[in-house]
Amino acid sequence: MNWITNFVRPKVNALFARRDTPENLWTKCPECGTMLFHRELTKALMVCTNCDHHMAISPRDRAASLFDGGTYVEVPVPAPIEDPLRFRDQKPYPARLKEARRATGQHEAMLVAEGEIGRTPIVAAIQDFSFMAGSMGMYVGNAIVAAAERAVERKAPLVLFSAAGGARMQEGILSLMQMPRTTVAVQMLKEAGLPYVVVLTHPTTGGVTASYAMLGDVQIAEPNALICFAGPRVIEQTIREKLPEGFQRAEYLLDHGMLDRVTHRKDLREELIVITRMLTGQPPAIMAELPPPAEPAPLVETPAGGEGAEPAPGPDEDGTPPAKAAE
Amino acid sequence: MTHYLDFEKPLAELEGKAAELRALAAQEETKDVVGEADALDRKAKDKLRELYAKLTPWQKAQVARHPERPHCVDYVRELFTEWTPLAGDRNFADDHAVIGGLARLDGRAVMVIGHEKGHDTRTRIERNFGMARPEGYRKAIRLMELAGRFGVPVVTLIDTPGAYPGKGAEERGQSEAIARSTETCLRIGVPIVAAIVGEGGSGGAVAFATGDRILMLEHSIYSVISPEGCASILWKDAEKMREAAEALRLTAKDLSQLGVIDRIVEEPLGGAHRDRAATIRAVGEAIEEELKALDGQKGDALVAARRRKFLDMGTKGLAA
Ligand SMILES: [Zn+2]
Repeated sequence: MNWITNFVRPKVNALFARRDTPENLWTKCPECGTMLFHRELTKALMVCTNCDHHMAISPRDRAASLFDGGTYVEVPVPAPIEDPLRFRDQKPYPARLKEARRATGQHEAMLVAEGEIGRTPIVAAIQDFSFMAGSMGMYVGNAIVAAAERAVERKAPLVLFSAAGGARMQEGILSLMQMPRTTVAVQMLKEAGLPYVVVLTHPTTGGVTASYAMLGDVQIAEPNALICFAGPRVIEQTIREKLPEGFQRAEYLLDHGMLDRVTHRKDLREELIVITRMLTGQPPAIMAELPPPAEPAPLVETPAGGEGAEPAPGPDEDGTPPAKAAE
Repeated sequence: MTHYLDFEKPLAELEGKAAELRALAAQEETKDVVGEADALDRKAKDKLRELYAKLTPWQKAQVARHPERPHCVDYVRELFTEWTPLAGDRNFADDHAVIGGLARLDGRAVMVIGHEKGHDTRTRIERNFGMARPEGYRKAIRLMELAGRFGVPVVTLIDTPGAYPGKGAEERGQSEAIARSTETCLRIGVPIVAAIVGEGGSGGAVAFATGDRILMLEHSIYSVISPEGCASILWKDAEKMREAAEALRLTAKDLSQLGVIDRIVEEPLGGAHRDRAATIRAVGEAIEEELKALDGQKGDALVAARRRKFLDMGTKGLAA
């Protein structure tokens, strides 16, 4: 059934995945094994319709499902120095970056977008686990700083969706320095009196958890997301015992007082509207009057050197966001 | 009894022979034996100079972890007066991997916070090998806030393999504790001088090292991950730690070039463990100088400059 993933060479497959996926494709739920019709799965925001397993959703699909009418404007992220350490392991770091860009069609591991949810302007920063495990390097740091600065400028709340395997080792100490850097970004929001809401998605680990992802005014997680500093395997090796069922999963953290809420993806938008409106002193939104979020094919807008937005680059282009180097 | 690192083997032989000859001379009073021992000592010293002139990053990691390297308690004992340890996070426990308290450095009241690894089996277990649990960071947060309220500068001594990968540590929110500790470093309006005196291991180090001025001993290391950890993830082979140590650029010299640390404190020939007193003195003098340089700055200005320093890190171009 899933002939394309089995028989087409990975390179071609990656190229293919960036275009609209043909509707005759099926995806197997990794949790319950149900074959899910791709269009249905997309409509369900990549949540299994049989067992509610939350699969990864791309930052662009996430943004489309979050903002009113699926409309948002991408916030430019200053380009960092690439490969600052000239790092090479089995492969040089630039080659790994190139590979990740080709495979995902994305420039880096975080998308920053602004738009409205329930007519409340917000800035959203969305981490992309599919891009080098969402790892936090200079770019992700720059993205979070840019998101915070834009939120302060617009006097808007920042909603951050985290997903990462941790720090990007190939940037060495400079990846570690994103912990204090992103913390300063969070402080900018707090001092401007703006809500900072974190939505932790599967998985959020390492230095990401131990910095901006745990400093939210409100901490929400998606069901069953793995959230930790040290991963379960490392802990099992250290303490030499089996960890309990559900250890470090969202519900476990909720139970241990580390989260405010665990929320199903389908309810997230409404919940974020409710929370951000209450925290910014606005009256309740009348949900019936709100423009709905987008259904699949989203209208993506990108900033074009100022106020006016232009349509997004087509799927044939490399998906590189029009990052302008600021200062 | 000196503990020799594996790359110090040739040195161990020379110094061992010299010691044997001296023992012999003590019994037999033979002049030429003493002369021979002196010659061996000179040879050993040359060897030491040769070895330490070109330590590889991996060798530095070993020196940074040397069991006889001065630890936090040694600095506290030698450098400070009126040492008054303050314990506990007021929540769950007192973490013995982190020591903290009020003390005077050359007459000036400071808040000292540091990781302690322990020096023998019993103390190493008691100190959890310098790996803090959430309570350690929360104690540090409490002490930093206390220092901030009363205008007492903070001195941190960093020497940790990293946060503790344990079940309880995770259950009690070690991520949140580390994040808050870093956040506290970036919020309090008193000077923070951080000295990386041994291992600066990942988030556990950042939690205390986010200061106005960051000093580092010459052979200390500071890294996002241990060379072994990096090797097993990226090379899929923990034995590739030499390559990983090289690639990570975790030495004081590299970090200074990357603009991550502000000052390198030189170590005595053969590393800090060969002359502990001189090392401790040098670190103490450097901390005092940095504190003096930060004197008289208003809290707001300090915090703003500290945040700017970290925001700018890595963005202004890197010196080779
Ligand atoms: Zn399922």
